[in-house]
Amino acid sequence: MSETLAISAQGLTKRYDGVTVVDHLNLQVKANEVFGLLGPNGAGKTTTILMMLGLTEPAEGSVSVLGFSPTREPLKVKRQVGYLPERVGFYENMTARENLRFIADLNGISYNEANQRTDEVLKMVGLTESEIMEALGPKRKIEKTVGKFSRGMKQRLGIAEVLIKRPRLVFLDEPTAGLDPKGINQLLDLIAALPKAGTTVVLSSHQLYQVQRVCHSIGILAKGKMVIQGAIDKLGREALAGGRFQIEVETENPGEKLIKVIRGLKGVLGVEAKGNVLSISTEADLRRQVSKAVVENNYPLIQMKIQEFSLDDIYMKYFREE
Amino acid sequence: MVAIIRKELADYVTSIRFLGFMLLVTVLSITGLMAAAQGIRAANLPQGIVFLGLFTTAGVQVPIPSLSYLVSLLVPLIGIALGFDAINSERSSGTLSRVLSQPIYRDSVINGKFLAGVVILSIMVGTMLLLVSGYGMRMIGVPPTHEEVIRLFLYFVVTIFYGAFWMGLAILFSILFRRVAASLLFSLALWLFFSIFIMLIAPAIANALVPTAEGVQAEVVRNYELQRTILLFSPNYLFQEATTVILVPLVRTLGMVTSSIQPYWLRNPLSLGQSILVVWPHITGLISLSAVCFAVSYILFMRQEIRAT
Repeated sequence: MSETLAISAQGLTKRYDGVTVVDHLNLQVKANEVFGLLGPNGAGKTTTILMMLGLTEPAEGSVSVLGFSPTREPLKVKRQVGYLPERVGFYENMTARENLRFIADLNGISYNEANQRTDEVLKMVGLTESEIMEALGPKRKIEKTVGKFSRGMKQRLGIAEVLIKRPRLVFLDEPTAGLDPKGINQLLDLIAALPKAGTTVVLSSHQLYQVQRVCHSIGILAKGKMVIQGAIDKLGREALAGGRFQIEVETENPGEKLIKVIRGLKGVLGVEAKGNVLSISTEADLRRQVSKAVVENNYPLIQMKIQEFSLDDIYMKYFREE
Repeated sequence: MVAIIRKELADYVTSIRFLGFMLLVTVLSITGLMAAAQGIRAANLPQGIVFLGLFTTAGVQVPIPSLSYLVSLLVPLIGIALGFDAINSERSSGTLSRVLSQPIYRDSVINGKFLAGVVILSIMVGTMLLLVSGYGMRMIGVPPTHEEVIRLFLYFVVTIFYGAFWMGLAILFSILFRRVAASLLFSLALWLFFSIFIMLIAPAIANALVPTAEGVQAEVVRNYELQRTILLFSPNYLFQEATTVILVPLVRTLGMVTSSIQPYWLRNPLSLGQSILVVWPHITGLISLSAVCFAVSYILFMRQEIRAT
């Protein structure tokens, strides 16, 4: 993963009628990663995204998106950035293909190129002719307009529309809202594959599990302020274990001798025994050393795991402190 | 912006609304022709302006209104129908934010919609004028003179501006109101006010302010002038006066003429330049009205927040 920044915002502020919606927000998103923007409803996620797209002007502060300022050079930003709004809408009297072609037209893509890309993206999101036929039944063209699409199909068409301009950065606002579990999985797989193709993804959601599955790093917003930001695993350790690693080892009848040996390992901060389980807090990932110590002292190594921090834990911790 | 115009045109042309209005235009042309067939002989127009009579004569035995009157009533409705859901329907269906996140300037959306509307309006009015001209020429057997062609073209342009004003107003309401029903109702209410109610209110206000009980001539003149001043606030009245003078070269003035002068009037048409001179303020008024309407919508749209909710 390269370390260049796709987005960098400093002191971003937005007020609506005197109410501060986004309050001196600082945000960095690295290129080619999936960044999750989290926060409860009304935390300012959508407003932040709109400011980064140049659809809303910030009251204070500055943003740089792919090296351009969305306020001063909106077209340069919009040419390379795709945006899937929260409530995605299409021209319901047109077919999927016609909707996509209109967007391609607005992007100045030539007719032939647009046709080719339309085929390509429709295939990516699973909305080819035969798949639409399957969902809607074999009807005449006039009846296959987007108005007849289900919520999930529209959402997928939204992703197709975002991808047709081959963006370097996409903003997805609540992309999984209203989808069934199968649709969510397909969508998440699609999102996870985007960074490999050179597209940075900014994902806003409060579906923590989904975010954890695809995001490399996250930022949590609350009342317009950035509460915490960084890579998921690092955040978990900092938030919940004071920056330590927790390793749990299950063995049989661990004796004082074993505990002493483990305590003697470099980097081990403490060992606690609860029955057959030893919980060891360390400064680094010492699984290799710990397992070696257990085996060399003739104890069976039944199970060993390093505690993973779920996003739920992190999220709840920050909102309990509020 | 070309992409938006193209899409809007395709939308209009394939919509039921457009089909309905094309039907209306046909009916309008037929009605106008019937009125002319009834009344053009009785109108006894001097040579050189007979062809224009096709558009301005009303039926005599059977009261059929003239084509120019029908147009003054219905062009606003076409304009409103083209504009009343321009912005708010896109906003409520969630397409506006998607379109605006594409690499286009924000004003191309509203410019494209307005221009596409003007194109559709021109197609409709043009169709009607050509239909009536063609069949009318066959009916009366008198070809138009050069001057009549120019007058008709001028009429066409003024009608487009008039329609564009109502479309601009409807677009303005579609920006102001989030709900399509509200913008439609407000546009129709204004249309009703300017085309009917102001005709009832103007005499009432004039009589209240300048009573003509004593029948003094100066009072009667002042009363009439006040009435007309109030009526001129109505774009419908402006349009009717302007097109009457453009299409009926016999009209020499729009002001009040005392009955002592009338017998001395020659019944010969004004030249084109003189007619235009009479309605110059009307034409500039109409053009500026549509320009102001569009400018206000433009500014509001540029400053409006794009949030979906």
